[in-house]
Amino acid sequence: MTRGRILSPHVQGWLLLLPAAVLLVTFTHYPTAATLYHSFFSTAKPSRPSVWVGIDNYRAMVEDPVFWQVLQNNLWFALGTIPASIALAILMAVWVNGKIPGRGLLRLSFFTPTVLPMIAVANIWLFFYTPGYGLLEQITGLFGLPSHNWLGSRSTALPCLIVVTVWKEAGFFMIFYLAALQSISPHLHEAAALMGAGRWYFFRRVTFPLLMPTTLFVLINAVINSFRLVDHIVVMTKGGPDNATSLLLYYIYDVGFKFWDAGYAAALTLVLLAILGAFAVGQFLFLDRRVHYQ
Amino acid sequence: MSKPARVLETAAAWLLGLLWALPLAYAVWTAFHPAQFSTHFVLRAPLTLENFTKAWDAAPFARYFVNTTLLVTMILAAQLVLCTLAAYAFARFSFRGREIAFLLVLVQLMIMPDVLIVENYRTMSRLGILDTLSAIGLPYMASAFGIFLLRQTFKTVPRELDEAARVEGAGMLEILWKVYVPLAKPVYVAYALVSISYHWNNFLWPLIVTNSVSSRPLTVGLQVFSSGDQGVDWSIITAATLMTSAPLLVGFVLFQRQFVQSFMRAGIR
Repeated sequence: MTRGRILSPHVQGWLLLLPAAVLLVTFTHYPTAATLYHSFFSTAKPSRPSVWVGIDNYRAMVEDPVFWQVLQNNLWFALGTIPASIALAILMAVWVNGKIPGRGLLRLSFFTPTVLPMIAVANIWLFFYTPGYGLLEQITGLFGLPSHNWLGSRSTALPCLIVVTVWKEAGFFMIFYLAALQSISPHLHEAAALMGAGRWYFFRRVTFPLLMPTTLFVLINAVINSFRLVDHIVVMTKGGPDNATSLLLYYIYDVGFKFWDAGYAAALTLVLLAILGAFAVGQFLFLDRRVHYQ
Repeated sequence: MSKPARVLETAAAWLLGLLWALPLAYAVWTAFHPAQFSTHFVLRAPLTLENFTKAWDAAPFARYFVNTTLLVTMILAAQLVLCTLAAYAFARFSFRGREIAFLLVLVQLMIMPDVLIVENYRTMSRLGILDTLSAIGLPYMASAFGIFLLRQTFKTVPRELDEAARVEGAGMLEILWKVYVPLAKPVYVAYALVSISYHWNNFLWPLIVTNSVSSRPLTVGLQVFSSGDQGVDWSIITAATLMTSAPLLVGFVLFQRQFVQSFMRAGIR
């Protein structure tokens, strides 16, 4: 290994980076650029090759009611899942971190959904929601409520998926809050107790602000997940009824791999990339500010 | 805090815990009882493993298990090697363009392969490797997350150790292998657990690039099985669902502390 010392650090550095760089460029940077490029072309058909169509795909997108519906769904899905799973995660972490009896079991119960594949979770919940004999129907039946097709009606299908996602994600986020709570000095607690601060007051004025960096980290993850995770849609609703549960990535999958309209799928992907990119920039600016505070 | 308040809080915590365990408990009940008891809860219901054997016989789950195991191993092995080398470069070499290269790596944290399905499918098709395990794994092998995590760890290694090894005549890769890698062991364990559970569970991309039994991972196999037209009954689907998640679930229950700590470690930047 004496050869390494003859090479300059520039060459060494790049050589070490090379294998990862080749794969990253091939499967992240190139496809990102190619998405933009292909979004200006029509989809190749057996009779007609792909041709430059300018902004036609984007024009079609703006006029596509399904696109707007899907975007709106995704917004509701994000609003429905993110605050709920973060609030529950904090609550769970506070409980599991305290001296509650049986907290080992509680932690197990909260965290287990995280290790399950989303596809398995979706199967289980699909049965749970089944009209007629699913568990949910049995419970509502006990109270004498009429039967309802939870996943089959426009008004309840998306909320049902939101519940599944919150159930799956809250335990995952709990872990990060638990780590943060454990790093908070117990002296703060003692000091607050001496001053006669109530528990809620302490949480609001001390714990919650100290958890802010964690909340930011969790928030970013939750946002990405709400645009990335569509496994349960494939299993539970296939975007239906009448596109009521289709999210942006699921629509891209539909357009790209069921209608095989690659040009339009590229335009849709670009919207998704723009949304994620905007968050990346926001995160970058925000983290920058946080560094100054320290 | 007053006593009634404490009791109330414990009760609330337990209620939530119960609610959280309910779907899985329900699945376990359905899978281990004959179909007529799947929504009928009586203590005397006979236990059975028949649903599992029926599921196992109805689809090539053995093959799916092999595929997933191979896939997860292949991805993890490649990730460990590639991310270690790249992280070492970023942590300890000042080469031209390092800052920009690092920013370009971080792009993948936001724009993950999961969302680039259309273009990556095109690439796989052009490479002629559609419907293979490599096609599923390739986009994930250079992981920005892994590079970032290991870079942070390598940066905490004291330079003196590095220099001592250099004085003894160790080469660049030897130093990496003998000094850096052993010191980062807990991070490797954490990363491995996160990567294994991610790729064991991954679904959309494998669904898109595979279309035969020989390359389908468990998740896709389960979906093909449970969405079949022949109308498989729920007890069997639930059994298959539990079966496919069993290795991770068992691993999690056995190594709970390790899992939780790994997820924590992987999340703290």
